[in-house]
Amino acid sequence: MKKLLLGDEAIAQGAIDAGLSGVYAYPGTPSTEITEYIQGYCKKNPTEKIHNRWCTNEKTAMEAALGMSFAGKRALVCMKHVGMNVAADPFVNSSITGVNGGLIVLVADDPSMHSSQDEQDTRFYGKFALIPVIEPSSQQEAYDMMSYAYDLSESLKLPVLMRTVTRLAHSRAVVSMKPKREQNALNPVSGNRDWVLLPVNAKRRYASLLERQPEIMRLSVESPFNSFKAEAKRYKMGAIACGNAYNYLSECYPEGIPFPVLKISQYPIPTETIRTMAEQCDSIMVIEDGQPFVEEQVAGILPSDCKIIGRLTGELPRQGELNPDIVKAALGLAPLPHPEVAKNVVARPPALCQGCGHRSVYEAINIVLKDYKDSKVFGDIGCYTLGALPPFQALDSTVDMGASITMAKGAADAGVFPAVAIIGDSTFTHSGMTGLLDAVNENSPITIIISDNLTTGMTGGQDSAGTNKFEAICRGIGVDPDHLKVVVPLPQNMEEITRTLREEIEYRGLSVIIPRRECIQTLARKAKAKAAQK
Amino acid sequence: MKTDIILAGVGGQGILSIATVIGQAALEEDLYIKQAEVHGMSQRGGDVQSNLRISDQPIASDLIALGQADIIIAMEPMEALRYKHYLSKDGWVITSSNPFINIGNYPDQSAIISELKELGNVILIDTDELGKEHKMPKAVNMILLGAASKALKSISFDKLCQSVRTIFGAKGEAIVEMNIKALEIGRNCE
Repeated sequence: MKKLLLGDEAIAQGAIDAGLSGVYAYPGTPSTEITEYIQGYCKKNPTEKIHNRWCTNEKTAMEAALGMSFAGKRALVCMKHVGMNVAADPFVNSSITGVNGGLIVLVADDPSMHSSQDEQDTRFYGKFALIPVIEPSSQQEAYDMMSYAYDLSESLKLPVLMRTVTRLAHSRAVVSMKPKREQNALNPVSGNRDWVLLPVNAKRRYASLLERQPEIMRLSVESPFNSFKAEAKRYKMGAIACGNAYNYLSECYPEGIPFPVLKISQYPIPTETIRTMAEQCDSIMVIEDGQPFVEEQVAGILPSDCKIIGRLTGELPRQGELNPDIVKAALGLAPLPHPEVAKNVVARPPALCQGCGHRSVYEAINIVLKDYKDSKVFGDIGCYTLGALPPFQALDSTVDMGASITMAKGAADAGVFPAVAIIGDSTFTHSGMTGLLDAVNENSPITIIISDNLTTGMTGGQDSAGTNKFEAICRGIGVDPDHLKVVVPLPQNMEEITRTLREEIEYRGLSVIIPRRECIQTLARKAKAKAAQK
Repeated sequence: MKTDIILAGVGGQGILSIATVIGQAALEEDLYIKQAEVHGMSQRGGDVQSNLRISDQPIASDLIALGQADIIIAMEPMEALRYKHYLSKDGWVITSSNPFINIGNYPDQSAIISELKELGNVILIDTDELGKEHKMPKAVNMILLGAASKALKSISFDKLCQSVRTIFGAKGEAIVEMNIKALEIGRNCE
């Protein structure tokens, strides 16, 4: 059977067909559609038992997936690249415990930062944890890799890291599907101490992980997803192309690539193959999306008479995602004749939707803080980060999930007044609650705004873990009920909102204000669904 | 035969729906497809584009190179112009003539139109007017697709209609009929 699928959907379908028992994830562009696809599949096939509810953050997702693997079943955990920083603790240690049921950790990188704060390359995490990494170059490969990687994970007894990038995650192609495999039976780990990472066990487990490295390397050299094509002769140049960079290289040579090419879609890098290649090439160009992960390693393993070129040497740009034109230029090929760049075009940055509740919140912040010239507003990650752009320009910082509260606290510790934090509902439960506890314990003089739109808005309106629980959470953490206020962010309530904000700024202790109104996008979608039912 | 299409517009204008309809039709024609989309932050009123490549041979890159696009289909004239340098020598631009002004520094509209017209093969359509005239303001993206359908040589008009049926089927027969009618209105406008 054939289907037109996004890269993300191909991954999801591949996991389902490989006998998946549970997906665990927190939404994050460009990984969100994987979990959404599995949720849609389960809705259409109610007899299928696949866990698919969103998690509170990437760390809880990673740990729950590891728990499912412990129980013997196949699990998938999905996140965007910066989510991996949140999940890093259980991720790295999962290579020490090893797995029981197959476990794939799917991380979607965002070179060019289309929707992100940095360009970190997840392949480093795989090397760090000493486990196999796979990187599809096409939607079909993404699909096929899922069953391969689950088998690999179960045979090595290790998690497998799958890295994809925005361009593949959000691009559609026709994918041929295979028959569905049954799920694993419940078969929890028993009778050993491998999963109890006391130093005595961890040392033994780490030694075992190190012992398996030659085997992991052999699998990489022999991987069906890596290929090396060359005739037995001397070449001026060769290329190593990783993941979807291979597509751009192929695009440059419709008649076939006229020099040796090593395509890498499974890591660790196959060192033997690269040494063979270096013996017959004067230079090797390394083409990879993301950071110069392979280039650095290859430059380190080869004798100096084979020149390594790529992002580090400047033939390819150090920053940003690749495209066919960038690769063409690096290869010294001329672009097609084309019109000049248009003159009458300006940037059209994204903006908060008309009618969005966050707009009223920012309007109130700007009205009130006009009277406090030393005020600082610490922002967070979500739609409301757009409050940094015109017309509001209301934010002084945005760093990572949850940093609004903790940075406001630190700045207040240093003497900043007023220090205001603005954080969304989903970001608050993701990583804001622990910071709130720190602030409560010192009764920090900060004003925290939890702008609650009842959803995870930026990624398209997924369920938010704390909906209907925010007052209870704040009270439970110890926020003084007299300084826990709820307002409805509508233009007609501006007087009440600004008054509340002013009062709480003037209170020299910790306050939480919750402006609450449903996201207009999810509201419109619900209305549409209702209309379609009639 | 290969057709490289750039779809452009502003988040919320229905660009991805146009891409989905063409993609589904290409699937029914048993062609190879690669269709790169923009999701996430830009969808909030920012510029949105999709690279759609259709061929009877396997396609390597998800992205279209400079000077390679056979067609630019745009819901907004400045957004059409944004991808001008991707247009091939004999390429076509089919765009709505209605500006979407949600920024303070939107360029002079007549300058946009004259720069577009310099490209030669340009079809400008007053989609808002057609949408109003036929009482289908929510199907203007399908009117535009209908207008572009003659340039989509590898896909028959019947397959596009069939694709609308497949994609909008869950939303009810009235929605399907409206979108097919929108396609026809677009196809018949000069």
